Amino acid sequence: MLRNSRTERLVALVLVAPFLAIYLLAFVYPMVQMFRISFTDAPLIGAGRWVGLDNYLRLDNDPMFRRALWNTAYFVLMTVVPGTLIALLIALGVSRLKGHFQSIVLALFFLPYILPVSVVYLIWDWTLNFQFGIAMHVLDWLGIPRVPVFKSRVWFLPAVAGVTIWWTAGFSILLFLAGLRSIPAEIYEAAALDNSTRWTTFRRITWPLLWPITSLVFTIQLILQLKIFDQVYLFSIGGRPNDNMVLVYYVFQKAFQQNQGGRAAAVAVTLFVLVVVVSVLQFQLLRFAERRRR
Amino acid sequence: MNAVAAQRWNFWGGIITALTLVWAILWAFPLYWGVISSLKPDDEVVRPYIELWPETPTLENYISALTTTQISAWYVNSVAVAVGVTVITIFISMLCGYAISQLRFPGRIALWWLILASFMVPTSALIINHFVLVANLGLLNSWAGIMLPQLIHPVIIIVYKQFFDQVPKDFREAAVMDNASEFGILFKIYMPMNWGVTTALSIVCFIWTWNAFLWPFLSVTRTEMMTITVGITQVNDAFGVYYARQLSAAVLAGLPVALAYLFFQRRVTEAITLSAGIKG
Repeated sequence: MLRNSRTERLVALVLVAPFLAIYLLAFVYPMVQMFRISFTDAPLIGAGRWVGLDNYLRLDNDPMFRRALWNTAYFVLMTVVPGTLIALLIALGVSRLKGHFQSIVLALFFLPYILPVSVVYLIWDWTLNFQFGIAMHVLDWLGIPRVPVFKSRVWFLPAVAGVTIWWTAGFSILLFLAGLRSIPAEIYEAAALDNSTRWTTFRRITWPLLWPITSLVFTIQLILQLKIFDQVYLFSIGGRPNDNMVLVYYVFQKAFQQNQGGRAAAVAVTLFVLVVVVSVLQFQLLRFAERRRR
Repeated sequence: MNAVAAQRWNFWGGIITALTLVWAILWAFPLYWGVISSLKPDDEVVRPYIELWPETPTLENYISALTTTQISAWYVNSVAVAVGVTVITIFISMLCGYAISQLRFPGRIALWWLILASFMVPTSALIINHFVLVANLGLLNSWAGIMLPQLIHPVIIIVYKQFFDQVPKDFREAAVMDNASEFGILFKIYMPMNWGVTTALSIVCFIWTWNAFLWPFLSVTRTEMMTITVGITQVNDAFGVYYARQLSAAVLAGLPVALAYLFFQRRVTEAITLSAGIKG
């Protein structure tokens, strides 16, 4: 078929242009600017002097940056591994159910994921309220002393991690369910004929066949949790944000509260590099999973 | 399989099902508790024991949230921003996905890789320069300003491209024979064939935008321009210690997305699995 290739190019240009325009304006340009101002002493708005690597070198001796890095790592550790495992357990339980019963149970687990972070915050702030929270009644009943969870330095991040797992598990559960559905039933039937126990079936069939999905869920969670901000910000309202400092919060504080755009950008670049490295890893895993499925 | 083993299998199967059910109920309990507490009068909310059902259910907290805060303005902002972002994002992503999938033009491969690569960029690292950009455009505290950085969802282009790739080539060739224009082919053949994806992606795009927190929080300083997701957390003093009122505001903020999910359960789950790169 002969087609005027010039027309085709023109049409393509018209179709691609709206996206490309917005992409260049609101994505590429800010990204370039982020790198550029990270080498200057610019305030949030306005120009600055070139300071070379100074902003980066300062990070090395910045205790708050270290705390942010450490807390982010701690938070990632507390959410990613337990979150993936909990989601897997729930998915295994839900996948056994049938029909409407399954959709209702799945909805119960999935509903938190669909809600805005601020709703999640208000619900848990109320549930764990030191004076009136229902969780505190349960603690009283168990004979455990009450804890002002979000005002306590020790409990803050673990509690926010717990809330985050509750909030985001629905997403991982969905992916696991899709993975479980793609395992052919015949394999399980064969295993049942061989009289293999539930544990053996899981260890020898489900776990290895589910592995590509597990690694996908794991890396998606990892990237998501590295960018933690919303929950930490919200639960810190009226508390001590400096004790609970995480990377994005530090970018926010430096840029928007201390008006140091350049230094904030250096922190942002660090986060950027961290996430890109993890993402490249995820992309490789995804391609690997794709190949295994064929 | 012998009879004893089969029995044991079923017994443990029953236990696992029961545990799953109990777990599900406990999991959703905080949601129930939040909604129930919002229906209690002030004195009942703070009773020092657990009351699973309000003694005198009341809507006074909702009325008070609606009348003493700017929640209705936030609602309008949220709807405007979420609908705007959804319509624009879906439209430009569909056009771009179609071009990459069906047309041959220079830079096509480069563009595709650029889109795949931008998957990795954490937008939360760009907040400083998004702010500078939107401030320079004079769009702080405006719907357009809240929308602009949220219009880029590479994943939607990727999903569209994959779906357009699957449309059999015969359709296109037949249409080209009939001298149909490229726009005609897209809007009369490819788009109607993929309505399912479009609906699914639109619903999740709406939910994502409605739920967005960080950027709407940074780009708006005037109370009346806030989206509801931000607004309900920023006016604590307006509520004082009236927990029930705060919770009723939370219920109002979560209701649209919760309903969107419950009505379109299958579409939402489909779109979310697609967006993670899995064909469900």
